[in-house]
Amino acid sequence: MSDPAVLCENLRFAYVKDRPVLDIERLEIARGERVFLFGPSGSGKTTLLGILSGVLTQFEGKVDVLGREIAKLSGSERDAFRGAHLGYIFQLFNLIPYLTVVENITLPCRLHAERRKALGGVPLEEAAKAAAAKLGIRHLLAQKVTSLSVGQQQRVAAARALVGAPALIIADEPTSSLDYDHREKFLELLFDSCKEAKATILFVSHDRSLMHLFDRQLDLAVINRAQTVATAE
Amino acid sequence: MVLLSLAYHSLKNRKLTTTLTVFSIALSIALLIGVENVRVGARQSFEGTISQTDLIVGARGGSLQLLLYSVFRIGQATNNITYESYLKFKNHPAVEWTIPYSLGDSHRGFRVVGTDENFYKHLRYRRDRSLSFASGHEPRGVFDVALGADVARALNYKTGDKVVITHGVASAAGRGIQDHNDKPFTVCGVLNKTSTPVDRSLYIQLEGISAVHIDWADGAPPMPGEEVPAEKITKDTVKIDQITSFLLRNKRRIDTLRVQREINTFSEEPLQAILPGVTLQELWRTIGYAEDALTVVTFFVIVVGLLGMLVSLYTSLNERRREMAILRAIGAGPGKIISLLVFESFLLTVAGCVLGVGLIYGASFLFQPVVEEHFGLYIPVQAPTPTGLIYLGAVLAASLLIGFIPAWKAYRNTLSDGLTPKL
Repeated sequence: MSDPAVLCENLRFAYVKDRPVLDIERLEIARGERVFLFGPSGSGKTTLLGILSGVLTQFEGKVDVLGREIAKLSGSERDAFRGAHLGYIFQLFNLIPYLTVVENITLPCRLHAERRKALGGVPLEEAAKAAAAKLGIRHLLAQKVTSLSVGQQQRVAAARALVGAPALIIADEPTSSLDYDHREKFLELLFDSCKEAKATILFVSHDRSLMHLFDRQLDLAVINRAQTVATAE
Repeated sequence: MVLLSLAYHSLKNRKLTTTLTVFSIALSIALLIGVENVRVGARQSFEGTISQTDLIVGARGGSLQLLLYSVFRIGQATNNITYESYLKFKNHPAVEWTIPYSLGDSHRGFRVVGTDENFYKHLRYRRDRSLSFASGHEPRGVFDVALGADVARALNYKTGDKVVITHGVASAAGRGIQDHNDKPFTVCGVLNKTSTPVDRSLYIQLEGISAVHIDWADGAPPMPGEEVPAEKITKDTVKIDQITSFLLRNKRRIDTLRVQREINTFSEEPLQAILPGVTLQELWRTIGYAEDALTVVTFFVIVVGLLGMLVSLYTSLNERRREMAILRAIGAGPGKIISLLVFESFLLTVAGCVLGVGLIYGASFLFQPVVEEHFGLYIPVQAPTPTGLIYLGAVLAASLLIGFIPAWKAYRNTLSDGLTPKL
């Protein structure tokens, strides 16, 4: 458990050859740390998240996530790893529209045996109820997700990301569609739940009004050398 | 199983397209199984026109011709056979029963068949069904006539009515060569419907055929005033000289070929005996092209049904890019994305097959009596034939294959989209 949650060394990534989007010398996030990653649009935030979650694979350099060198994993191993150990929250539309709230929350555990094992024998429904209770959406469990407000949807997404205690939560601007009061409330709930699970949070946003709530703030424009090259052109 | 349940919920979520797709597949499946059942039914009806008959015997000629005039009442015999020869085989030690037919006369387009009581007792169709009377009884007197069900209905005859038979076969509208006006027959009974050619004939005794021709000489009717009055004719005064053909059943099936050979090599008269099953198959082969054409058409209907499914799944993919990205984010790999879509097309097709088979069996059950009544086609409501099952299996297999097309597209989408769908 001494490995950092995220360790990148000499990470370079380009969608088109010779036009790097990311060039990071070193990025380390400790276990249990709550990191706020910000930067202007196009600074490579989403690309970095894609690499860390094992979806974008054509990078150079070394990327370890939770002690695993993801470049060395096969495609299906990466998918299984993501499903078992990562929780991902999108900016919007996080939920499968044809499933109920509880079905959405339990989906990662139903897809991945390892994630289910992490529940330690607690029945799936109970785990979902517990996660939902912490996020204040217990009363919504049986509803169709299409009937929820945006704020409620994001909380369901958080519950899904948290169920089965994944070690790393990646949140890609999850609050940008919420109004200010709801943002802080959402973060509080997220933090409380993560603290209990000792999960690491990598929170991406361009909304710096929230950054003071985090342990550490990272400006991608600073650590990403590719960006300075691009702007210098 | 998770993916199967996902596929199910996803389809349920798109109610309208799912319903329409399932219906279009169901209709094509119903058509496929329906055509198959009609094909089998037609064939069974056809082969069931005569059962439990080992041999059909007539004057030497074409075997198909003998079958046609003896069983289907189509065409004419070129020659008759003598009654003596008939009796020889009727009393043959290996023979169980014979049914003689004497053909050549008609009534308003319907054939008149001279036969004897064995016809009512022994004739079997559709494996083991025998003839029965809807009203009245079989002919007992020389001038009694029993009617096939279609004849009675078409001409609106009932027991007690007088019927004048015509020499030769005339069309329903045209006049016959010569009416046997002087010797009218009385309807003694009407047979129940059999949906075989039996329904389209009138039946009198062999003696009746002889009786109407008793005063004829050299194929010409008697001069006016020289007719033998009907009331003077009794069973004992008429002599049967010849019949047209007869059906024969042996006591043991194993004797069939021996008796056939004996008949075919009969020295006193040129006879031929045919195996009805073999000749029926020969005939079916010549008229069976229609069923092939039908099957080909149905095949294309299935293709259209499956293409409709392909289109509906494929077009849904663009609006589902977000859903795929979510699935990717929670760790569903390309294999799972592909399985999800293949399952969807499979589920659609399974639902279509179940509904389609249900539809066609419901319809067969409902319309079976109507079809039998109006088309004389008895379509058995039976378990799907092996061919039908093979068709169903092939359709399901095809749906799996077709499912890979949208699945592959979805897979490509997820590769290019990653976790950020390009909407």
